[in-house]
Amino acid sequence: MADKRITEEDVVAELRDGMTVGIGGWGSRRKPMSIVRAIARSSLKDLTIVSYGGPDVGVLCATGKVAKVVYAFCSLDSIPLEPHFRKAREAGSISTLEMDEGMFLLGLQAAAWRVPFLPTRVGLGSSLMEQPEIRTVKSPYADAEELVAVPALNLDAAIVHMNRGDARGNGQYLGVDPYFDDLFLMAAERRFMSVEKVVTTDELIAGGPLQSLRINRLMTDGVIEAPFGAHFTQCPPDYERDEEFQREYAASAKDPDAWAAFRAKYIDCGDHAEYRRVVGL
Amino acid sequence: MSNVTRADYCVIAVAETFRGDGEIMANPIGTIPMIGGRLARSTFEPDLVMTDGEAMLVANALPVGVEGVEKVVEAWNPYRSMFDVVFSGRRHVMMGASQMDRFGNQNFACIGPMDKPKAQLLGFRGAPGNTIQNKTSFWIPMHSVKVFVERVDVVTGVGYDRAKALGAAGRFHRLGHVVTNLGVLDFETPDNSLRIRSLHPGVSADDLVAATGFDLVVPDDIPDTRAPTDAEMEIINTLDPRGLRGKEVPE
Repeated sequence: MADKRITEEDVVAELRDGMTVGIGGWGSRRKPMSIVRAIARSSLKDLTIVSYGGPDVGVLCATGKVAKVVYAFCSLDSIPLEPHFRKAREAGSISTLEMDEGMFLLGLQAAAWRVPFLPTRVGLGSSLMEQPEIRTVKSPYADAEELVAVPALNLDAAIVHMNRGDARGNGQYLGVDPYFDDLFLMAAERRFMSVEKVVTTDELIAGGPLQSLRINRLMTDGVIEAPFGAHFTQCPPDYERDEEFQREYAASAKDPDAWAAFRAKYIDCGDHAEYRRVVGL
Repeated sequence: MSNVTRADYCVIAVAETFRGDGEIMANPIGTIPMIGGRLARSTFEPDLVMTDGEAMLVANALPVGVEGVEKVVEAWNPYRSMFDVVFSGRRHVMMGASQMDRFGNQNFACIGPMDKPKAQLLGFRGAPGNTIQNKTSFWIPMHSVKVFVERVDVVTGVGYDRAKALGAAGRFHRLGHVVTNLGVLDFETPDNSLRIRSLHPGVSADDLVAATGFDLVVPDDIPDTRAPTDAEMEIINTLDPRGLRGKEVPE
């Protein structure tokens, strides 16, 4: 029986420059930050990041890992605009594919179902259609309606964070929203799930309602045990967002010195165990 | 009622945008929109469905800015289900706008060109989907020539001119009212360009026109925004015990 337990550094070793990486969670909620920081510390570059964006996108932009972001928003929730992402956008150092939130879901679903696109009305009439990567398709039925053909968001890799998982790669969320983590995994070639705690399969089943078992081992290649792995984003019921830390992170976008200090202290400090020691988690 | 504030008129104007909606999901975004939406459900639109801002649909009227109030959960609606609601058209959302033109084309993605913005704002969020799939109203807490512009930099929410150009594909497009700190605008004109629907007491048509960067339709007789009843004021104070509405729209 396969034991899929690996480390954040093992995930990084599976990635290559120029890859398209999907990141689960939503805004500043249940983001796989320990893996994000490992990528930020690596020599990887020119990544395309696909995310319902939060500090995952901000950290990777600020550490120079990103060529392009596919997104509908990039927010810290309690701080509406992600300051590091904003800075990268205004400096012109990254390109983007702008999307609507629902359109983004269809792109992931198309990739997960291995079709080139899914049709929708969403996007028609908006500036999204000025982007050459988003095209329309004509209904072959009697209505002959012109619809948006949302391109499949095929991912080279996906990373997500769950509350619990077992060593075989089954995963469980215990908060109120699964977000789109299963779709990110299904849309990807290489699939990695960090979890707060690795438990036995029996404990997993006993730990919550059956509907909380959103991730099954068909969807995962690697499991990373990372207590506080989503810090400073929220991961209820295990912990809420660390608002004070998030404010410190946001403030570090103000000038290069502040960012250099933040980066040295919390990102380049070392692995996740060292991060936990530095933050006091 | 002498103690009725400008913010209270804004709350009433927001509530009125949901009149007649029946059993749909009302998603007012912003402090005054949330108070107004919840007021509508507490009074004349009892069948509205409303969220707690996350994954729950709640049956009771939650006060704004107060932690720890017990939620009466009536259903589960994670983000993924929200797109089912939007795509099926059973929603009326009230969004903000950084820019809006006369036909209701809205922008809150960025200022300047999309490929290299002068100021990155929210991104497209759900604006294209909302405007093309379900009813959309707007809340502008600071009515100014910076917001109401001749031409928006980027179209996030689709206006009437662009929706009409789509033909049948635009058939679910419908913009409601644009409530601002000065008055209420709507699109009930022959070409669906913005007109003044009502003015909050103390605001003249000239004031509102001066704060708008394009020619509005200005009817000869413009009513005042209606005042809240005593019963409504009581509910408003329950929904906003800390007076947060007065911070969003000061006197």
